[in-house]
Amino acid sequence: MGLTYRDYLREELFPQMWCAGCSHGISLTAVARAMAALKLDPAETVVVTGIGCWGKADDYFKTHSFHGTHGRALSFATGIKVANPRLKVLVLMGDGDGVTIGGNHFIHTARRNIDVTAVITNNFNYGMTGGQYSSSSPEGTISTTSLYGTAEPGFDICELARAAGATYVARTTPYHVTQMDKLLAEAIQHKGFSVVEIISSCPTFFARYNYKVTAVEMMRLFKERAVDRERYDALTAAEKAGCFLTGRLHREEKEDFHTKYARLQQQAKARAEREVV
Amino acid sequence: MVKAKISEIVILGERCKECAICLEFCPRQVLAANDDNKPVVKNIENCSGCRLCEYRCPDLAITVKRKEEATHG
Amino acid sequence: MAEFKFLQGNEACVEGAVAAGARFFAGYPITPSSEVAQAASVKLPPLGGYYIQMEDEIASMAAIIGASLSGLKSFTATSGPGFSLMQENLGMAIMGEVPCVIINVSRGGPSTGLATKQAQGDVMQSRWGTHGDHAMIVLTPSSVQECFDQTVRAFNLSEKYRCPVIVLTDKTIGHLRERIEVRGPEEIEVIDRKKPDCAPSQYKSCAPDDDGVAPLPSYGDRHLLRINSSMHGEEGFLNDSPANATALVRRLWDKIEKNVSYIGKIEGYRLEGAETVIIAFGIAARAARRAVTLARAGGIRVGLVKLLTLWPFPYAQIREALDPNCRSLLVAELNMGQLVLEVERLFKDKKILRVNKWSGEDILPGEIMAALKEAGC
Repeated sequence: MGLTYRDYLREELFPQMWCAGCSHGISLTAVARAMAALKLDPAETVVVTGIGCWGKADDYFKTHSFHGTHGRALSFATGIKVANPRLKVLVLMGDGDGVTIGGNHFIHTARRNIDVTAVITNNFNYGMTGGQYSSSSPEGTISTTSLYGTAEPGFDICELARAAGATYVARTTPYHVTQMDKLLAEAIQHKGFSVVEIISSCPTFFARYNYKVTAVEMMRLFKERAVDRERYDALTAAEKAGCFLTGRLHREEKEDFHTKYARLQQQAKARAEREVV
Repeated sequence: MVKAKISEIVILGERCKECAICLEFCPRQVLAANDDNKPVVKNIENCSGCRLCEYRCPDLAITVKRKEEATHG
Repeated sequence: MAEFKFLQGNEACVEGAVAAGARFFAGYPITPSSEVAQAASVKLPPLGGYYIQMEDEIASMAAIIGASLSGLKSFTATSGPGFSLMQENLGMAIMGEVPCVIINVSRGGPSTGLATKQAQGDVMQSRWGTHGDHAMIVLTPSSVQECFDQTVRAFNLSEKYRCPVIVLTDKTIGHLRERIEVRGPEEIEVIDRKKPDCAPSQYKSCAPDDDGVAPLPSYGDRHLLRINSSMHGEEGFLNDSPANATALVRRLWDKIEKNVSYIGKIEGYRLEGAETVIIAFGIAARAARRAVTLARAGGIRVGLVKLLTLWPFPYAQIREALDPNCRSLLVAELNMGQLVLEVERLFKDKKILRVNKWSGEDILPGEIMAALKEAGC
């Protein structure tokens, strides 16, 4: 009998550390369900995290894990994966970790097409440090460091990933758990750099400051505003402004870094042997 | 033959942080809040075993056990 | 099999790394260290190894940490400003107890400073560059042969103690060309990290053996490895209790500082009867050696202690090497006086002299001679 999703989780450490209604708990179990669906061997799986609320997630997995410095998770993951391409490497980052302080590593990991999966929970602010705005906060965001609203626009993480060269890009929400499970499994199976953005709720800060709503009402917003490509394309420009695209947004078959590098090693070896002769 | 799906819902109150997501989004209003604002099973016969309450619970406090009962006739 | 080669110091570091078993290099080009990256990019791929050029030095340190945990001996190389960027994840390697080697080919600073010129200004950055209490192993070569030997030793110490090790060289040594003996892995001592011998279910990533060092499996092994940059308990889970913080920081410190007798290495030259002893490392130690030869020829009782280990500071070894007649110590270094601070702190019974230079040029033997004469030696 195979492992169930709960076999990948350290239930003994529950209740987990996140606030009531924080969607990270939903994303956590979804990642575990994707692991179970793909029958990942915990000994060949590495969960890599950085700093932030979602950066605490590694403690809850019964796999290999790496919890490191803020924003660098993808760079650690690059070393881990390149040195042992057999491993499945899941990199769990928030919007602060993944595309703000770690923005440079994000675009370069995408460019190299390193075969790891980035699961980015985007709650549009830094929750752990007390609700400051991040590079994904939409313009005008109210936060503890922008009580007058932000004067800068936020990144569209999926557009950024695609432009930088990610070969699998998807977006989902914690309301859409069935879709989340499916997209995470697809992303982990994909050969090359895959990104799943989970539009997330921070009931303690972002939701309270910007929508004055609870966790439940944030979930309702996700339900109402998340649309798939077909529905999105049929919307007027005004309607589009209040919605966001979800589902698989991009997938292409392209050789990953390791496939190319293995060929380079062969050529280098042949050349070195020729030169010795 | 499989005739009916019977679900059992186990709720761990000590893990629950009372976010109410399970109560709000159950498609069949199986759950209700008790005096402590924690979910309890109210209408188990309505449960389709979809597991959305389990999967949407951020705290792994809900387990939906699906039993598929084989009956004759 | 040993062969003799005419190499640059930077190239010799790579030869040493390969002989010690290194198969992964991640780095970012920077003068005067770039030849290390270039040589690594040529040497590693034919051996089935990896050269990856990262987007910056932060990512370079991160990648070698990751690769080391996947089981490949890993290293990087940098200089001044790049070394500053590496400090963040140097701390990660200390806290996560990850073996890896950093070649720092120092140059003039501060900031981008003197990109192509000489300095030994990283004595303190190599010791205290990353934040928090920590110990650090820093080895210093003063010749191209020592670039090879010290890089081998750096890998061995990093594997033995599960920690990062810095090879602190400099612009002049890095670019100097000398004939050296390149030994093969079978001709040198190669230490590999200790692997767990318990059942996978019993393994705890951060539970030390009696020597203060925990066995280290690789990602992909059956023993699940949990690495954590935050304060953690023996199983690798977050634990910020006062008692745990006190014990973990102490253990990380002690596993190095209590082994100075093994890690510390010095080389004495003409210490017999020496009333004044020069303390120097790297290229400055070579100028000092010449100065000693000249001074002795003139009847001045001078000797030299060359530091092969800069940190942990090999105090006991130096103390033991000094002649009972030694009354003063002269610290010659290419900075405004960094190493001298440690010498002053520890040798309060000696008169401390200093020769410092931060112009981007090397110290000349004549300048040390002049200082000796001025001090009445």
